[in-house]
Order: sequence, then C-alpha cells, then structure tokens
Amino acid sequence: MKALQTTPDAASSYANQLDVLYWFLIGVSVFFTVAICALIIFFAVRYRRQSDADRPEATRDGKLLEIVGSVIPFILVMIMFFWGAKLFFDARMPPSDSIEVLVTGKQWMWKIQHPNGKREINDLHVPKGVPVKLTMTSEDVIHSFYLPSFRKKMDVVPGKYTQMWFLPEKTGEFRIFCAEYCGTEHSLMIGKLIVMEPHEYEEWLNRRWVDGGGAEMAAASTDDPVAAGKQIWEVNCAAACHTGRPGSIAPNIVHKFGTMRDLEDGSQILMDENYVRNSMQNPNDDLAKGYPAAMSSFKGVLKPAQMNQVIAYLKSQSEVAAE
Amino acid sequence: MNDKAEHTPELNYLNAGHTVKSWLLTVDHKRIGILYLIAMTCFFLIGACAAALFRIELATAAPDLLANDTYNRLFTMHGIIMVFFFLIPAVPGVLGNFLVPLMIGAKDVAFPRLNLASWYIYMLGGMFTLAAVILGGIDTGWTFYTPYSSVYADSNVILAGSGVFITGFSSILTGLNFIVTIHKMRAPGMRWMRLPLFIWAQYATSIINVLGTPVIAITLLLVVFERGFGFGIFDPQKGGDPVLYQHLFWFYSHPAVYIMILPGFGVVSEVIACFSRKRIYGYEFVAFSSLAIAAIGFFVWGHHMFTSSQSVYAALIFSVLSFLVGIPTAIKIFNWTATLYKGSIELSAPMIYTLGFIGLFMVGGLTGLFLATMAVNVHLHDTYFVVAHFHYVMVGGMMFAWLAGLHFWWPKLFGKMYNSFWAKVGAVIIFFGFNFTFFPQFIAGYMGMPRRYHVYDTVYQPFQMLSTAGAFFMGSGLIICFVTLVASLFSKKHCGRNPWKATGLEWMKAASPPDPHNFTSPVVVDVEAYDYTDERVYEDA
Repeated sequence: MKALQTTPDAASSYANQLDVLYWFLIGVSVFFTVAICALIIFFAVRYRRQSDADRPEATRDGKLLEIVGSVIPFILVMIMFFWGAKLFFDARMPPSDSIEVLVTGKQWMWKIQHPNGKREINDLHVPKGVPVKLTMTSEDVIHSFYLPSFRKKMDVVPGKYTQMWFLPEKTGEFRIFCAEYCGTEHSLMIGKLIVMEPHEYEEWLNRRWVDGGGAEMAAASTDDPVAAGKQIWEVNCAAACHTGRPGSIAPNIVHKFGTMRDLEDGSQILMDENYVRNSMQNPNDDLAKGYPAAMSSFKGVLKPAQMNQVIAYLKSQSEVAAE
Repeated sequence: MNDKAEHTPELNYLNAGHTVKSWLLTVDHKRIGILYLIAMTCFFLIGACAAALFRIELATAAPDLLANDTYNRLFTMHGIIMVFFFLIPAVPGVLGNFLVPLMIGAKDVAFPRLNLASWYIYMLGGMFTLAAVILGGIDTGWTFYTPYSSVYADSNVILAGSGVFITGFSSILTGLNFIVTIHKMRAPGMRWMRLPLFIWAQYATSIINVLGTPVIAITLLLVVFERGFGFGIFDPQKGGDPVLYQHLFWFYSHPAVYIMILPGFGVVSEVIACFSRKRIYGYEFVAFSSLAIAAIGFFVWGHHMFTSSQSVYAALIFSVLSFLVGIPTAIKIFNWTATLYKGSIELSAPMIYTLGFIGLFMVGGLTGLFLATMAVNVHLHDTYFVVAHFHYVMVGGMMFAWLAGLHFWWPKLFGKMYNSFWAKVGAVIIFFGFNFTFFPQFIAGYMGMPRRYHVYDTVYQPFQMLSTAGAFFMGSGLIICFVTLVASLFSKKHCGRNPWKATGLEWMKAASPPDPHNFTSPVVVDVEAYDYTDERVYEDA
C-alpha cells in the first residue's frame, strides 16, 4: 500500500505557493494547540485538588496576559491576512494572453466550448504552459468549478458570468468537481482536466469530431438541444422571416433572449421562455412594435421538445451576445 | 453531609403540580426550561440518527446504502434540525431559562407568559419542519441556497422554510425576555460587574438574537414567496439575484454561529471557576470579549462568499474583520487557561467536558484562520475542511459546553447526582470519538473532497472510513452519557443544595430542585462573582 496522500497533486506553481502558506498556518496552529493543551494538562496535574502545590492567596487579574494575548495574535493574523490577500489577488487577475474557454454548468454536467467552437462535456483539454481563462455561467442553479490540483474554485452563477484562470504547468489528468451543492446528482457532476503538450493540443483542437471520444460525439450530435434548435431555427424561421437583415418582415430576435421587447400596443415584455413559446403558438398575442401580424402559428407543427430546442438555441445565442 | 437539607425539599418546582396541564401551561421559567430540555433532546436524537445513516453510507466511496436523493435529504435534515432546533436554542432555552433568573436573584423572567409562548412557537416551528421531513423531506441543504431552493428543488422547501421562520420568533422573544430580565430584575447588590459570566454571555447572545433573527426570517419568507407565488427576487430568470440571497442568509447565519457558541462560553467560565476554586482570570476581559465578538460578528458574513462572485474588495474587508474576531476569542482561551494556574482543580465530569471544550474549540478557532485567509479559503471553501471546522466549533465547542453545563447543573435541575464514574467514561469516549470523526475530515478537505458528496473518489475513502468509525464510537459515548443522566433520576439519594461547593446564587441561596418561587428569603448580593475565599460557599445547607 502506498503512503497515504495528505495534500492533493500540485499542477501549478501557484498550488505550491498556496501549500507554503497552508503549512505556515499549520505551524502556527500546532504551536498554539500544543502549548495550550500542554499547559492545561500540566495545571490539571500540578494543581489537582489533592496536591500540596503552593497556592498563594490571590492571583488577581493582571493586564500583561491580556496585552500579550492580543498583540501576538494580532501580528500573526495580519501576516496571514496580507499573505492570503496577495495570493488571492494574483489568483483573480487573468493574464492578457490567456486562451478563453466558455464553461456552462447545468444539472449535472459541465459543458465546455473552446475558442474555435469545439465543444466537449465534462472534459476540458488545455495546453501546458499557456494560461487558461474560464468564462462561466449556469443554465439553472449555482454550481462551482473546482480544480483541487490548482487550489482554485469559482462559483458558476445563473444570470451572470464569473471568471477564473489557471496556468497548467504539468501534463496529465486532473479532477474537476462541482463544489456547490446543486441537487440530486451533485456528486456526479465531476469532470477531467486534461493538460496536453501544446502541439498535441493544437492537433486535438483541430481534429474532427467523428474520431473523438463518446462525450465529444454526443456533444456534436443533434441530441444537443442548442444544435438541434439551431437547425430548426435556420430552416423554419431565419430563411424567410427572421433573417436578421434590415427590412425583414419579422424582427431580428436571435441575440435578444432575456431582454425587454417593445410591443405594438406600447407595452414591454421580457423575452423569456414563456414569451417565445407563446409567440410560436399564438404569434398575434404580443406583436412586436413596427411589425405586421404576419407569422403563422407553429402549434402542432413543432413538438414541445422542438420548441424547447428553439428556446435553448435563442438562449445560447443571447449568452454569446452578452459577452 | 448529614445535614437536614440533605433530602428533597418538601415543595419544589418539580412537585408543585403533577398534571400534564400544570406542565403545559406553566409560566415557571424552570419548568419551561425542562420543556425545552425534553423537546430538544428529541430533536437532537432525530438529527443524530440522520447523521448515523449517512455516515454509514459514506464509509465507502460507492453508493451502497442510500439513493442520492435520500442522502441529500438526510444531510439537509441533519443540518436544519441540529442548527435551528438544537444548537441555537439549547443553552439559552434550557440552561438560560432555568438559570438566568436564579443567577441574578429574580423570581422569574420579566415576561413569564411570553416565555411560555416562546416554547410553543419553537414547537410549532419544529412541527412544520418535521412535517416537511415526513411528507418526503427537503433536499436543499440547511443553507437553502437559491435558485435551487426557490425554483429547482423538488422537495418541501416551503414547509421547512416556514418551520425555521416560525422558530426564529421563539429566539427573538427569548432574547427580548432575557435582555429585559437582566436589565431590570437583578437582586439588590447584583451590579453589572458582579454578574456571573454566564449571564454576560446570555446577554450578548440575546442581543444578536434580537438584531439578527429578523433578517433570516424575512429572507426565508422571500424564498417562500418566490417558490410559492413566483416573486422574482433571487431567480435570475425573473431578474433576481441568487447571490443576494447568500448575503442575506449569512448576515444572520454567521452571527448565528456566535448565538450558538457564546452561551457555551458562559457555561465554560462557570465550570472552570468552580472546579479551580478561583475567580475567572480577567473577568472584565472575558465579559467584554463576548460583547466584542457579538459586535464584530455582524460584519464578517462575506467570508462565506469569497468564491461567490462578490467584489474582491468586499472580500478584503470581510477577511480582515474575520481575523479580528479571532482576537477576543483568543483572549478567552488564554484567560480560561490562566484561571487553572494555581487553582485547586477537580476533574469532575463537567470539568472534563470543559477542558475538552477548550482544546476542541481552539482547533475550531485556529482552522477558522485558514478559512479567513482569502487564498486558502478559495481552495477549502465547500470542502470537508469546512465541515470539520464547523463541527469542531459546533460539536467540539457548543455541544461539549452544553454537556458540561448539563452535567454541572443537573443536580440543581433535579436534585439528583448521576454516577460520576460513568459520566466521566462517557465524556472521555465522546472526546476521542469526536476527534476520530472530524479530524480526518480536515485532511480530506485539503485533499479537495467537496462536501455534500454522496459518491466520491476512492482517494478519500480512508478518511471517510475513519470518520464513520469515530462517529459510532462517539455515539456510544453519547448513549452512556444519556443513560447515566436518566438513571440518576431514579436514585433515592438527594444531592444537597450545593454539591459542587460552587459560588453563585443558584447554588448558595436556592434549594435543589429550587422552590417554585426560586428563593424562600430575600436575596441581597454583597460579593463579587466567583469569590471562592468566601466561607459561606463551603457551608452545608
């Protein structure tokens, strides 16, 4: 049996720097714990009721203990504070030459998209020696992207984008955990960070999906609601009406999901799932300002699942636009 | 020990009425304390059984006993019940109710009927929460984080949230009651600087209860509104902010840590003074450090949110304040230790719990420094390190103080002394069992194991196995402790008014168990607290 590991692998020099601070904290803690426990045990034995130890009448309060007992801890905690703050700020500032990867958390998987559009699920391939910046959001609840070997984590919050970065300095595979409780399969929301030599990474990045692993295949297939929705959108909606070009008979709504839309009757409505679904089924309920009542209903034409796919696509487009 | 007072007083609060009605409609603070003791013990057992089940599950990395949803419901139930129905109300509800009037020389609390209402509100909240558990459970974690709780969770969030909401009013009302009682009902001569430190601790706790609890109440109400009526407060789909919830939640729930632990500090001060036969070293510093902790404790909540996307500059402030709150805490530990110096120390069961408390609470406090250190926190947040840290504070700290207090005042509560040998055996087993359970979790946490994981990577299995074994060892200690205490109730022998030869009005002036009106003659205080040179302490009867 190999020796029990008590610190996780360190995959970056930041991880090593953090471990130094950790051992400093352990040193301080062990010193005080041992000192106080030793004193308690010593006093409990030396001054036990049956002992004939010398007990002068009054050991009244002195100020010395209170002053020393405040000043020394104060100095120690200030060292911890500044040391920890410095590392924290370093860990939060991504270098400008980072490659940027999009991460979307979803119950219960990590969806990854690389700068060239390549997608994967629960795996994240990155090159060694290049800083990686993750721009993250969630489709549902709060998740947290945790890389123990890099000593870094950041919450992945719906409705906003959060960032973290890391510099992989060792090739190999490292764990990705979801650290924020997110429901039934929280503990299965795990992934793998694969750090590759830069040339292997280039090759991997440009490889076609067909020869990739199972997860990659799944991501590219039409099981992905966004991809499926895109297809429906392009065939049924964008070809003739929502073309996105000026003068179209229908408004350009591809990047507008989640925004307030002006209506013909002068009011406003939030473009959310319900609005999109209702507009597909009852297009004349909420007419967009400045456009005719020209759309025909998709009720019975598209299945509910397909409508959801369209919504997922529109949503994904607004997420891209929001950056 | 052959004095005439060595038998149960003719009339005491226990035998003043025997009907169920005389208990359920009592306005006697001592009886209300006993009502809390019974209710709280039941809640504690429920919470402990939940823990036993998921500890068995966690012994191995694979999911072999429980389904994932069951596991999630169990740790949630454990958290909610232990935090809101045991840790927060235990010392104030039982010992506070029983002792605050006795210690300051009053006949009862300022508002006896309100005091009874507090207990009923606590029970009502408890019933709501138990209903949530029976009707299928709740799986949000005790933290109720949005938007999971308000939109996505498929469990009884509204019921459980209402339970906690309702129970909050019990804390507020008890807090108000104690503040008024301590201000207005002290016996002649009981000046502020003569108050036992237990009273100072109750006073600081009550202030936090009154100021903090309304915030958690309104926050949970908002979650209920969002879930039940579709309000868009925390749900980003409706323009809400899920991180706002965390600010509101921790604004209460961090001070709540001090609500749990400050009364424990009070207990520890009493027990150390008694079994060292000495005044607490640095009485004023210990008293005011409670108030300092209560005050600073309100401004550190953001240290639960270093990775939540809150501003890094806000994080900086929260970090430095979190370190500062450690200093009054360190002062207390130094003073308790200094009190032992040249004392006359007796290692009774309450004293063993108390010395255990100092050691365990210190580990809890020191590991708190790791979590206040921003960069280290980013790695440790939401891992088992945090689980270990707060169990060292909550169980190693608060539960040890609670058991110390229960063993210390047990003879005053019931007029009976438990078997001292078995009580000590229980204490020692609980101490070692506790360390076996929670120390390995520090290492698992630094190794990166996230909390609330039902299945986990096998590298963490040795730590989790140790933890499970330790938990059952600790459980056996708790059973010994429980049986020892309950068995004492059947003993015929009366323990006398002041079996520990302790100072304090409850020991020196009140019978065991006390008279329904507490004192049979007028009380006047003419000495400092913990004056163990006073001959009257050592008088029989």
